[in-house]
Amino acid sequence: MQDNIAIRVKNVSKTFLLPHEKQTSLKGALVHMFRRKRGFERQHVLDDITFDIKKGEFFGIVGRNGSGKSTLLKLLAGIYTPDTGHITINGRLTPFIELGVGFNPELTGRENVFLNGALLGYSRKEMRAMYTDIVGFAELERFMDQKLKNYSSGMQVRLAFSIAIKSQSEVLLFDEVLAVGDERFQKKCIEVFHNLKEEGRTIILVTHDMGNVERFCDRALVLDKSQKISVTTPSKAAAIYARINVDEKQLKDKDASQENSVARRGNGAIRVAKTTLTKDGEPTRIFTTGEPFSLQLDLERQPDAAQLPVLFGLAFFNADGVAVTGPNSRQAQLDRDAKTVIYTIPELPFAPGDYSVTIALYGEHMETLDLLDKTLHFSVISDHTMGGAVEVAGSWSSAK
Amino acid sequence: MVIGNIVSKKNRILLRELVATDFKLRYQGSMLGYAWSLLRPLMLFLILYVVFVKFLKLGTGIPHYPVYLLLGTVIWNFFGEITSQGVGAIVGRGELIRKIRIPLWIIVLSSSISALINLGLNLLVVLIFMAANHVDPMRSALLFPLVLVELYLFALGISLFLSAAFVKFRDLSYIWEVVLQGGFYITPILYPLSRITNLKLQKLIFMNPMAQIIQDARYAVVTHQTTTVYQVLRGRIYLYIPFALVLLVLLGGLRYFKQQSKQFAENV
Repeated sequence: MQDNIAIRVKNVSKTFLLPHEKQTSLKGALVHMFRRKRGFERQHVLDDITFDIKKGEFFGIVGRNGSGKSTLLKLLAGIYTPDTGHITINGRLTPFIELGVGFNPELTGRENVFLNGALLGYSRKEMRAMYTDIVGFAELERFMDQKLKNYSSGMQVRLAFSIAIKSQSEVLLFDEVLAVGDERFQKKCIEVFHNLKEEGRTIILVTHDMGNVERFCDRALVLDKSQKISVTTPSKAAAIYARINVDEKQLKDKDASQENSVARRGNGAIRVAKTTLTKDGEPTRIFTTGEPFSLQLDLERQPDAAQLPVLFGLAFFNADGVAVTGPNSRQAQLDRDAKTVIYTIPELPFAPGDYSVTIALYGEHMETLDLLDKTLHFSVISDHTMGGAVEVAGSWSSAK
Repeated sequence: MVIGNIVSKKNRILLRELVATDFKLRYQGSMLGYAWSLLRPLMLFLILYVVFVKFLKLGTGIPHYPVYLLLGTVIWNFFGEITSQGVGAIVGRGELIRKIRIPLWIIVLSSSISALINLGLNLLVVLIFMAANHVDPMRSALLFPLVLVELYLFALGISLFLSAAFVKFRDLSYIWEVVLQGGFYITPILYPLSRITNLKLQKLIFMNPMAQIIQDARYAVVTHQTTTVYQVLRGRIYLYIPFALVLLVLLGGLRYFKQQSKQFAENV
C-alpha cells in the first residue's frame, strides 16, 4: 500500500442473512433443522465496494437511511468482518463509531470519563493528566459528580466528544456529531476539526447535512441503495445526494391524491386529460437549475368546443407557497384546435426544492374551462449552492 | 488469543475498568452493598447446615463436617456464579459490542474476575471457620491452589461456550439454570460420598469434574477422610476422565468462542 493512503477498501461486500422468523430458541432451531427450506432473505447491504481514503483527508460519507452507511462504518472500525474483499488500515483507527459508546447512565460523569478513556486505551494515570482539559472543553466542571442519567443529551455528547478528540489514533470516525449540541459547541467542534486536519490526521465524517460536507470535506462518498457508489468532490456529492433523495413515485402519488380532491373546477368543455413533465424529451420529475424544463398538456375537447380558442395560465409555487412565476399564453400563437400544448423553459432558474404547479384553462369570455390547483409536483436540484428563490443570469466584474 | 495479547497494556486497562464498573454497579442502591456477596452465601450455608447437619445428621462420620460443607458450597457457588454470569456476558454488553471494537474475550474474562474476587472473600470466611473449628493445617493444603486453577479454567471454558451460544439460542439461560440445579445434587456437596453405597454410582459421580474438584479441595484443606477420585478409580484409565473433560471444555470453549465472535456484532 502506498504511504499516502490511510484506508483502502477493496471489493468489499457484506450480506446479512435475515431469517424471516428469527430462530433464537433451541426449539426453533431444532424444528428448522428438519425442514429443508429455511426462511432466509439475503440482504446485500454493500456490494463490491472499492475506494481509498488518503492520509490527512477530511472524508465525508453520505447516504440515505438504509443505504449501508452504518454497515460501512462498522466494517471500517472492525466491528463487522467483510464477507469478501479486504479493508487495509494504515495506522490506528478509533475503535468506536458513535460518541458516548460505553457510557453508563448509573455512573457519574467523572467515572464515565475514566471508563471511556479505558476503551480508548488510556490508563487512569493518563486520564488524570487529561481530565481537566476534557472537562474544561465540555464545559461541565460543575456536573462531573452527578450521575450521567441526569445529564441532558447535549451534555452527554459534549462530554463524549471531548474524550473522543483525545484519541491519538491517526484515523478518526465521527458519525453525525455536528447534529447535536448548541451553536457555541458546534463552533468549537469546527475548530477542533481544523486543528485535527492541520495535524495531518484523517477524519471520516458521516452526515446527512450536505452543508457540512461542502464546508469541511475534501472528498465525499455517496452511498445509494442501488449499491452504486461514487467518490467525488463535495459539491458533486451534494448533487447526487439531492437526486437520490427525491422520490419520483412519491411525487406522482401526491398528484394522484390531489386529483381526486376538490382542487379541480371548471365547466369542462375543454379539460386537461394528461400532464407530462419532460427534460430533453424524457419524462421526469427531477429537474436541475439552469437546465431545460417542459410541461406538456394533452387536452380533451367536448364536440361543441372543437374549435374553441383557449387561454392557458400556469402558476409555479415553491415549498413555501410563494408563486415563483405565473406565465400565460396571451401573447402566444397557438392553434385554435390544438390538442397538445407544451410550455418550455430553456434554462430553469428555480432554486433547488419542491414545486407544485397550478394549471388553468380559460375560454373566449374568460370563463373557467378547467382549473387544477397545485396538482402537479416536481423537484429541482442543483450542483451548487445559491441563495434566494431563483437564479438569474447575472455576472460579476471588477475594476481598480 | 496469545498470552502476550492478554497482558498487553491496553487490554489490562480495559479489563480493570470493566471489572471496576461491574463492581460499582452491582450493589448500587442496596444498603449493605458489597457485604451481600458474603452474606448471601453465608445465609444459604446456614440453612443447609441446619437442615442437613442438625436435622438429618448427614455428616456424622466426617470430622469438621460444617467446614467440609461450607467449602463445598463456596466452591459450587463460585462455579454457579461464574457460569450464570457468563451466559449473559456477551448479550448483556450488546450495546457496546455493536458499536466498538474491543477484544471480546475480555468481556467474559471481566465477568469471571468479579466472581473470582467473591471467591477470595468467601475463602477468607472458610479460613475463619477452619480456625474456629480447630482444623489442623495440613501439608496437602499446598495443593489447594492447583485445585482452584483447575476449577477456574473449567468454569471459564464453560462460560466462553455459554456466552457465545447464548447469542444465538436465548433458551440457554433457562436450560443452564436447570443444569446448575441438577448439578448441585449430583455433585457430592450436601452429602458425604460415603453415603452412596453403590460403588458403580460412586465411580459415575466422579466422571463429573466438579465432584473431583470439590472432593480434592476438601481433602487438601479440611480432612483426609474425604473420598477422592484417586481412591475410587485407582489405577484405572477412567481416572483421567474428569481432567480430560476440563481440558476439553476449556479448549472447546475457546475454539467455539473464537469462531463465533466474528458474528457477535451482527447477531447480538
